[in-house]
Amino acid sequence: MYVAKIIIKLRRSILDPQGKAVHHALESLDMRAIHDVRIGKFIELKIDSHDEREAGRLTEQACKQLLGNPVMEDYSFTIERI
Amino acid sequence: MSDSKLKFGVVVFPGSNCDHDAYYVLKEILRQDVRFLWHKEKSLEEVDVVILPGGFAYGDYLRCGAIARFSPIMNQVVPFARHGGTVVGICNGFQILCEAGLLPGALLRNAGLRFICQYVNMRVENADSSFTSQCKPGQVLQIPIAHGEGNYFVDDATLRRLEENKQILFRYCGPDGSVTPEANPNGSCANIAGIMNEQGNVMGMMPHPERAADPVLGHTDGQLIFRSLIDRLLQREAVHNHLIIERS
Repeated sequence: MYVAKIIIKLRRSILDPQGKAVHHALESLDMRAIHDVRIGKFIELKIDSHDEREAGRLTEQACKQLLGNPVMEDYSFTIERI
Repeated sequence: MSDSKLKFGVVVFPGSNCDHDAYYVLKEILRQDVRFLWHKEKSLEEVDVVILPGGFAYGDYLRCGAIARFSPIMNQVVPFARHGGTVVGICNGFQILCEAGLLPGALLRNAGLRFICQYVNMRVENADSSFTSQCKPGQVLQIPIAHGEGNYFVDDATLRRLEENKQILFRYCGPDGSVTPEANPNGSCANIAGIMNEQGNVMGMMPHPERAADPVLGHTDGQLIFRSLIDRLLQREAVHNHLIIERS
C-alpha cells in the first residue's frame, strides 16, 4: 500500500488573487518578510499496489486526467509506502 | 426537426440550478421543443441543440466542471459536438465545456474573489455566428452574470488564435460599448464574456441569456442569442431539405 501526496498549484504565470488577499492579511500582521503567497490544493491518494513505480504511474494518470487542469495548474507529488 | 421548431435538450447535472430557467424560456417564451436530459442518460434523444445550464454541478468540487465532464451524458455530448452538433454552455456549462476540452481556456476565481450577481453590458464582437446572427455588430447587450469563477484565462498564443478566427463572441464593456478594465467584472482575459470553438458549433458564455429573456423580468436581450440559433439552424435545415428535394 502506498500513499500519494499531491500538491496542485496555479501556474506561476497566473495571478492568484486568493494568495494576494492572504498576503495582505499577513502584511497587516506585520510579517513584512513574507513577500509572496500562493495557495494551492493538497490531495492524498491511498493506492493498493505492491509496486512504487506502478503507484507513481497511476498518480500521474490521475493528475493528468482529473486532479489538475494543465491550462491553469501544475502538480507535483511524492509516493510513500505505508 | 419539424419546419418551425428546434429540439433542445437541457442537461441536468446534480447541482444544476438554471436548467428550469432555460427550459422555461425555450418552451414558453420561444415556443420550441425542449426536454431535460438527465446526466446519467446514454442518449441525447436526437436533439438539435444541447444546453449545458448554469449551476454548481457536483458542488463544483475539485474545480468547476471537473467532475461533470465525466458524467455519462458527456460521453454523448462530446462526440455530438465533435461531429458538428450545436452545444451551448451557460456559466457552469461554459466551465464544463472548457474542462471537457470542447472550448479552449479555463475559468478561474474572479479577480476580486467575490461571487458577483449583477447585470453587465457585453458587446457583440462577431455578429456572424450561429449564436449571434440576430445581433448587430458591436451591439451592447444587457445580461446578468452570477458567478464566483468567471475569470476567463487562456494563454497568449490561443488568445491570438481566438481573435484571428473571430471566436470571441462577447466582451464585457461599458454602456457605450467601450471595452475597458473598469467594465471587466471578474478579471477575464481581454474582457472575454463568451467564445465559440473554431468550427463555430460550440459556444460558452458566463452571462445568463435565459435570465434576460422573459419580458416580465424587464430585460429581453438574452432572447437574441436563442433566436439567432433557432433562425440559423432552421435555415440550414431548410436548405438541406431543399437540396434533398432537388436531388431526388
